Amino acid sequence: MEKQEYLDYYYQMVLIRRLEEKAAELYQQGKIGGFLHLYIGQEAVSTGLISARRQQDRVITAYRDHGVAINCGIPAKLVMAELLGKATGMSKGKGGSMHMADINRNFFGGHAVVGAHLPIAAGLALGDQYQKTDGVTICMFGDGATNIGFFHEALNLSKVWKLPVLWVCENNQYGMGTTVERASAVVEMRQKAEGYNIPNCRVDGMNFMEVHRAAEDILAQIRSGNGPYFLEALTYRFRGHSMGDPERYRKAEEVHQWQESDPIGIFRSSILKEEIAKEEELNRLDDQALEEIQEAVEFAESSPEPSPEELFKDIYVEE
Amino acid sequence: MARITMREAISQALWEEMEKDPKAFILGEEVGVWGGTYAVTKGFYDHFGPERVRDTPISEAAIIGAAIGAALTGLRPVAELMTINFAFSAMDHIVNETAKLHYMFGGQFVLPMVIRAVGGGGRQLGATHSQTPDSVFAHFPGLKVVSPGTPEDAKGLLKASIRSNDPILFIEHATLYQTRGEVPEGDFTIPIGKSKIQRPGQDVTLVTYSKMLEISNKAADELAKEGIDVEIIDLRSLRPLDMEPVLESFKKTNRAVIVEEGWRSYGVGAEVASRLYEEAFDYVDAPIKRVAQKEVPLPYNRTLEQLALPQVEDVVRAVKEVL
Repeated sequence: MEKQEYLDYYYQMVLIRRLEEKAAELYQQGKIGGFLHLYIGQEAVSTGLISARRQQDRVITAYRDHGVAINCGIPAKLVMAELLGKATGMSKGKGGSMHMADINRNFFGGHAVVGAHLPIAAGLALGDQYQKTDGVTICMFGDGATNIGFFHEALNLSKVWKLPVLWVCENNQYGMGTTVERASAVVEMRQKAEGYNIPNCRVDGMNFMEVHRAAEDILAQIRSGNGPYFLEALTYRFRGHSMGDPERYRKAEEVHQWQESDPIGIFRSSILKEEIAKEEELNRLDDQALEEIQEAVEFAESSPEPSPEELFKDIYVEE
Repeated sequence: MARITMREAISQALWEEMEKDPKAFILGEEVGVWGGTYAVTKGFYDHFGPERVRDTPISEAAIIGAAIGAALTGLRPVAELMTINFAFSAMDHIVNETAKLHYMFGGQFVLPMVIRAVGGGGRQLGATHSQTPDSVFAHFPGLKVVSPGTPEDAKGLLKASIRSNDPILFIEHATLYQTRGEVPEGDFTIPIGKSKIQRPGQDVTLVTYSKMLEISNKAADELAKEGIDVEIIDLRSLRPLDMEPVLESFKKTNRAVIVEEGWRSYGVGAEVASRLYEEAFDYVDAPIKRVAQKEVPLPYNRTLEQLALPQVEDVVRAVKEVL
């Protein structure tokens, strides 16, 4: 990686963190409605993965999608506008926090039903296989999704059809408030891939470089026609499942312990240690991220509400 | 015009559209090597090959999910559900994804996909394999639901469905595959969301679709012998529901019977009758009647099954009651 790439990915991670912190604040103020699932703590997974993708690679994820949107190149102000339900949002204010997408950036959402997007990811990969392109579909989901039938149908189909798809399980160790041990027959999610004869590995999801390097290798393997691969990234969310989560299921000490492995801190230290950039440069990026989020909020707040006519638009392509 | 079966009409529509558009392909259980459990895709595998006639595992959610994903990449998948009863295993993908993606993401995503599903009772398959849950699917905005009753409509509507950029649930009736009818030669389509007068008449409006068109026609023949002139409107699409010809007919006859194979409660008849009361109340000369399936899970025993399904005499009786 070139120096500028390190700086770009560091910036993306900080930007996601600031975006999510600001979103939490706006939620408390009642400016964001519905459910709000924050990506804080998991930034290295999405940033590591998507930094390794090529333009033709498709990305699809679950409802914890704001960070993924940023990594896919969507400006923070469009994410913020969608959170505020504005006409300028990525989904014109009709999708909200859980339903963000940008087809021009090959980002296919943002899917709110646990596991339901896995069969769709298989279909995206089928589209590339059928049209003989060399695109790979990157499908991200949580540990909770591995317990639903959709997961198993999709993994099986991907292997039977040798689809170019990278299954990425973000194991943040809780499906809402239920620990992996209480919900899953196996504690390493990658073991489930074994049942479908899908090659797999497990990486430290708090470490950007580890995720990035693994993703680069794996994407190249899939691109060469090897079929699906299963990557498990062990990670941790520092906030509740969604806003308003009383977090009775875990102790504060456990959260604090994981916060010591802050993915942004780890990446920052390694950039400094390897003398890729100076501290002042990183500090400048930190300030810049704060500014961008402030501008995003201003943009979102000053954006118009969707017009009432918008209610009946886009139900069908052909009315 | 050629006189062909419903099966041939559907098969021709698929074949012609696949010949025309390399982006169109079929996926589903036993569609390929087997040739389709109802033999609709017989010969397709050898002609179009395994890439375009894709046998799937028994995984309904994966079939519909894969169709959605492929459609998002610009392909035109035709996903086959062996029976509509198995659509429940893919309910999330039909309801939460297929019907919603275009709207929910602000119009970015286009899903040019067709889900073909076989429904209906009358073949002693028992309660889990004999349902007519059409109105359940017609409930959801974002999905279009088409269900033809004649070979001509089946061919024209399926071709239109495959060419459409909206997702369409295309419901075929298992006991109609052998039904013959005149079908125009050459390439033609029939617009989705248009009801049709299948039999003109003056005395009473009979609203129906799919298999019940056949039953309604037989009832109309019986009634004609007694001098009762029935007008039959075939809905053909349940969503969008085209009420224009129904209203026009009702304003002429002032009497209506709705015949559907599904259960009466919350059904197609309930919807059509409500619309008539709402939009043509001043024209009502008699309470609108509904003929539908008895409110039981369909039993296996032939006599019991037929007792539960709407019969010609039920329609005849209902028409006489509104006159």
